[in-house]
Amino acid sequence: MTVAAELELQSMVLLRLGERRYAVVATEIAELVAPSRMFKFPHRSPKVEGVILRRGRIVPVCEVAERLLGKKISARRFYLIAVRNYGGHKAPHKEWVAIPVTGECELINAEITGPSASDAPHIAGWISHDGNVIEVLDISALTARPEDEPAFPAAGATNTFVEANS
Amino acid sequence: MRLAPKAKSPAAKSEQIILFRVGGALFAVSSASVQEVRSVDSLAGASAEIKDSGVLKVRHLLQRGEQNLFVVNGTIHFGLPLTPGTLVFILRQSRTALLIDGIEKMTSMTHLQALPLAFHGEERQWYRGLTALDQTVVPVVDPQGFLSEDEVARLDNLLTQKVSAEASVASSGALQ
Repeated sequence: MTVAAELELQSMVLLRLGERRYAVVATEIAELVAPSRMFKFPHRSPKVEGVILRRGRIVPVCEVAERLLGKKISARRFYLIAVRNYGGHKAPHKEWVAIPVTGECELINAEITGPSASDAPHIAGWISHDGNVIEVLDISALTARPEDEPAFPAAGATNTFVEANS
Repeated sequence: MRLAPKAKSPAAKSEQIILFRVGGALFAVSSASVQEVRSVDSLAGASAEIKDSGVLKVRHLLQRGEQNLFVVNGTIHFGLPLTPGTLVFILRQSRTALLIDGIEKMTSMTHLQALPLAFHGEERQWYRGLTALDQTVVPVVDPQGFLSEDEVARLDNLLTQKVSAEASVASSGALQ
């Protein structure tokens, strides 16, 4: 491998959701933690399941499987703590979000191919690994709120606390 | 990537809070914002039912001197299963009283974390933030978040209409 080619490689975290694998740029990941107790309280943000306590911080758990796989996953082995930027490039405001994953994660180096115009907004690109083509996820787009993403209709204003406890 | 470490304040300032339950869920409110706690039974003579208030969570009015307080049903406000409320928080510097299931305990919190931005719904008006107490996360309610200015205006308008209607009936009765 030439030096030039090596420079184009990026550290990626490979995660598993159900039977599928996805990649996230490693700089967007804070850590991988074992599932801890999730706390629920009434709210009306459909993509947020609850919160966990991690290193003294209260971290929201964001459900992404439904969007990626079309269904929720019940089995979860870890939380991937990702760094989510809410402020854009001009005034970045970064907060942790926890994403439930179903398998162990792997750190790899891979070359990213940019997304095409027809790709969903949460696809930051593609990598090739182990003979598979894997989506690289854009955490900010994947956990977008209605105000971040006007093109997507807001999900019904359901009370997730009641749903989870009924 | 790591976030900047949390800034440590030289001395953590604590705030007295009341932990209370509504519809089976646990909440906290600053004790400084609660003027009085009354049982529902003790308020029977001072409250009046408001029918068709237009604000579903307000079904009762509490008369306190010259002021009318709107009793917000906590379970409806938070979208929780209905439970028979037993206590009422009369909130300080507010037109709101809050119907709750019961008080869990009084305690203090030393850290209030802003509600994470992943929460983007009505809860941003409901809560001042979240606090961790005994390895449990509790939302700290905002006393100003139970009724919007628009809802208070609608309720006031309804009361004014009722008073005028009653005065009109009384005056027509006197003329006859």
